[in-house]
Amino acid sequence: MTLQSRGRWITASGLLFLAAVYVRAIWFTPVERLQGGAQKIFYLHAPAAWSTLLAMGLVGVASILYLLMKDERFDRFAAASAEVGTAFACVMLTTGPLWAKPIWGTWWTWDARLTLTLFLFFLFIGYQLLRGAIAEPGTRARFSAVLGIFGMVLVPFIHLSVYLFRTLHPQPIVLKPSAPSLPDSMLLTLLLSFLAFTMLYVGFVTQRYALGGAQSHVG
Amino acid sequence: MGGLLRDAWVLARKDLALEVRTRTGIVSAVVFTALVLTVFNFGRDPTAVAVIDLAPSILWVTFTFAGVLSLNRAFQLELENQALEGLLVSPIDRRSLYLGKLCANLVFLLLVEAVGLPMFALFFNVAVLKVLLPLAGLIVLATVGFVAVGTLLSALVIRVRFAELMLPVLLLPFLIPPLIGAVQVTARLFSGRPLSEVVGWLKLLLAYDIVFVSLATLLFPATVDE
Repeated sequence: MTLQSRGRWITASGLLFLAAVYVRAIWFTPVERLQGGAQKIFYLHAPAAWSTLLAMGLVGVASILYLLMKDERFDRFAAASAEVGTAFACVMLTTGPLWAKPIWGTWWTWDARLTLTLFLFFLFIGYQLLRGAIAEPGTRARFSAVLGIFGMVLVPFIHLSVYLFRTLHPQPIVLKPSAPSLPDSMLLTLLLSFLAFTMLYVGFVTQRYALGGAQSHVG
Repeated sequence: MGGLLRDAWVLARKDLALEVRTRTGIVSAVVFTALVLTVFNFGRDPTAVAVIDLAPSILWVTFTFAGVLSLNRAFQLELENQALEGLLVSPIDRRSLYLGKLCANLVFLLLVEAVGLPMFALFFNVAVLKVLLPLAGLIVLATVGFVAVGTLLSALVIRVRFAELMLPVLLLPFLIPPLIGAVQVTARLFSGRPLSEVVGWLKLLLAYDIVFVSLATLLFPATVDE
């Protein structure tokens, strides 16, 4: 089986799994007492944010490996991951306001986390603009690796400033020092949706990576 | 380590000497800063918003713009007559090259800010003298962060199409954490709050400087070596 079709299979199973998770999320997971139905978008928004950060982190890791080993496969992976990450960032940035309107009463607020995720999105776009502006593959790989590492290092600073800036955004619910503060049934649905989004990430990146390989053969 | 810094200083002096003799860069940057401050004055309604509420943002947005524009010229200088190739074949460490550029950019931008700050105080009637020492410290702290990332990114975009546009697009997301920190601290200073309220931000700014100066020094060789 080629890499391309393997990627397609992973994506297809990810989508199927995601559909099942949403059936569970909508009909078999309790409705949140204060937020009502709007809270359900949480099962889309949070895993999309997770995939965005995963993509960003792996762009950084692949960039480090590229600079250490100068293997163009790491560069190709970083390019694929950045593109997929941009797509997930779009999902995160569109579902956020949809939830915020009924709950916060505004589509957008310049809260620290929103602002900085928006800039993370700009960072992804900048990364791809830089890639697009350099024709020579070796230079492109080196320069984008440097930018990729810088982007990854920026993420903890983003996280830090969330705690320092006065913030409206719900505080972390699962990844925090004390135990997760949501009922088990909601937690399970959330974790399943994280799994589905991770599968989608893997599927998309595999396909994009295979496409990048084909491109470098032609080019 | 001593040799690394000595070479860096030689390179920085070269850039600064060029700057002092031509003066075009520094004069343009100072005039630009004055113009941005003027634009801000007319871009607000003085009857609706008290100037003290806007002052920290005006100061830092102006410095950010001045920084982005000044950083563009750091490596642009070296493109003429293939000066960059000359630097690369000379027997100096790549890291010295980065640190030298960083140092020259830092001096350049701090000079612009040193002229910009009194203009800001004059135009917006902000009493900066009372808080001059902590404010100057803050400006240095934030500017080091700006310049550390900016110098490295300007080396990335130098041979790229639309470099003048590409640098701000890549650089601004990185300037957001130090910019937010600087604005927060400046606002506290202007309203006479104690520094103990902003220790968290100062730590963040310091950590940002240390992390990005080290990281850029480490990664710079990858931007010039084939």
